[in-house]
Amino acid sequence: MEIFGINIAVLIASLMVASVPIMLAAIGELVVEKAGVLNLGVEGMMIMGAICGFITAVHTGSPMVGFLGGAAGAMALSLVFILLTQVFLANQVATGLALTLFGLGLSSLLGQGYNGIKPPRLGDVPFGPLENIPFFGRVLFTHDIMVYASIAIVAAVWAVLKYSRAGLILRAVGESHDAAHALGYKVVRIRILAILFGAAMAGLGGAYVSLVRVPQWTDGITAGAGWIALAIVVFASWKPWRVLIGAYLFGGITVLQLNLQAAGARIPVEYLSMSPYLITILVLVIMSSGRGRASLNAPAALGQNFHASR
Amino acid sequence: MLVLEKRPTPSKGWAWGTPFLAVALTMIAGGAMFALLGKDPVEAIRTIFWDPLFNAQFASYSRPQLLVKAAPLILIAIGLSLGFRAGIWNIGAEGQYIMGAVFGAAAGLALYPAETRWIFPLMIVAGAFGGFLWAMIPAILKTKFRTNEILVSLLLVYVAENILASMALGALRNPEGGGFPGSRNLSQWPAAANKELIAGTGLHWGVVAAVIAVIAAYVLLQRHILGFQIKLSGQAPRAARFAGVKPETLVVLCMGLSGALAGLAGVFEVAGPAGQISIDFNQGYGFTAIIVAFLGRLHPVGILLAGLLMALTYIGGELAQFMLGLPSAAIQAFQGMLLFFLLAVDVLSNYRIRLASFGREAR
Repeated sequence: MEIFGINIAVLIASLMVASVPIMLAAIGELVVEKAGVLNLGVEGMMIMGAICGFITAVHTGSPMVGFLGGAAGAMALSLVFILLTQVFLANQVATGLALTLFGLGLSSLLGQGYNGIKPPRLGDVPFGPLENIPFFGRVLFTHDIMVYASIAIVAAVWAVLKYSRAGLILRAVGESHDAAHALGYKVVRIRILAILFGAAMAGLGGAYVSLVRVPQWTDGITAGAGWIALAIVVFASWKPWRVLIGAYLFGGITVLQLNLQAAGARIPVEYLSMSPYLITILVLVIMSSGRGRASLNAPAALGQNFHASR
Repeated sequence: MLVLEKRPTPSKGWAWGTPFLAVALTMIAGGAMFALLGKDPVEAIRTIFWDPLFNAQFASYSRPQLLVKAAPLILIAIGLSLGFRAGIWNIGAEGQYIMGAVFGAAAGLALYPAETRWIFPLMIVAGAFGGFLWAMIPAILKTKFRTNEILVSLLLVYVAENILASMALGALRNPEGGGFPGSRNLSQWPAAANKELIAGTGLHWGVVAAVIAVIAAYVLLQRHILGFQIKLSGQAPRAARFAGVKPETLVVLCMGLSGALAGLAGVFEVAGPAGQISIDFNQGYGFTAIIVAFLGRLHPVGILLAGLLMALTYIGGELAQFMLGLPSAAIQAFQGMLLFFLLAVDVLSNYRIRLASFGREAR
């Protein structure tokens, strides 16, 4: 099947790869926001994940260890956010911005001397004869482990939030920290764990950019993916499965515009490159307006700091 | 154990003290970072903060640069601070800065090679309009559709960067440039150049505009009803609504003003220090201005001083790069660190730190 010379099976397969970083970062941020914390530092944590993952993978020769390194790097950066917002009760919007500004600087500092190096390659999961099924074999069974892992994480987050006691407590903290506190839940401790989970996911997503998607290191490699992830959380109305849909939608747009660039479409390259950002804005507008607007679904205590005065 | 106790009103003394404490802490932490990079921390800090101003060898070059770098930072930060005070988060000043430069340069270049003194004023108006227009997108989307202005204004930065690239490669490319990207050099075209007003000082029209913006913002916040409404909406949104403040009007005003000021900064830069529209025209002033606004405690006079200090870190950073081989990314991280420390020490002005005694715990 081909449209405008673009093979549909290849297109779907590559959009699944392209959407992994934003899906991971967005599902992490969803958990953070469900706990009532607005961390605008996703972009900073992603790029820290990208460089830490890259460095670890290059030195150990193992992409899997690289992913762990990426998650650890982003979690380390998020400790600053935790200290400032959960202990010193600083403004979450400003602190998140600071995290992004600092992360961009620190990552380019750490990344000096890593330009132009190829990281070890992450191979596809071997599915044997399944890969030879027409169309579906190419779409479903020719991916690396992280593509499947990211979907599994979305499913796990959905299940935990919906069915488990831990998920219920997390949501309670995000809806009304005073009520949760009165019931004896450790609001700050729960939020810290949520922020760490979000950071780990952002770090994995960042590492996927530098290890698989690009794969090399350049300054500013995440190019706004963290901000798109934040927008996808709004798009998803804080519902895990919609994060998956949102990420595939944006992955699809990214892949499509790249394919159009390669195919030499008559639209200038710059206008194609700006399309994912423009469409993100358009979707934000659609989701935030009207009666069924997404913000009605936002956690009630989102962005408010908790200070136990009693 | 230490506990935080909320102050009834933020401490006045700490409000002035925290920026200095934050700068001092950043120097210590930054020094540690430079030491980790294998540089002498004392020498690095001195190269950044002292040598550009007082070293006989470099001061003659560096001092004028101080005004050149501080002007855009102050212009942008003044605009941002108005919105931040009202709880309106325009973090896409970088994009508005780019669009100001593009609009301004386009207005000027459309008339090339005319020689009239109206070209530069026309470019300034076009630049402010470009920034204003770019800021109106998140403002109107917020007032009409309740779309989050943080995300929209930020995403528009990436759109603006692509527009800049397309302009540098296409519509505004110098027809006599031999096919290289980049527009004609505006600073070499007398009718459009943003000239140094007093030779050797770095004082150009952007600096004048920055000073006017500081004074205007001061008067607005201290003496005008709009300034009062801005402060009220930030501190007590409910009270502001009862007092008849229309949130929509405030969003449009604050975003529009900050966009226009960022656009002005862009056009002064493109007609003067930068000289031309090029792919890498924007240097992150729009983001650094966020740090400047907070370091100046969102107060116009504070922003003036903070802008000069941040300009110094840029110049000193370049000097340290040249003299000590300190990577430029280290300076970016250093500036980011400053914002962390500012936000962290802010706890001192809003809370009292108490040693929790046993009796208090029991109560």
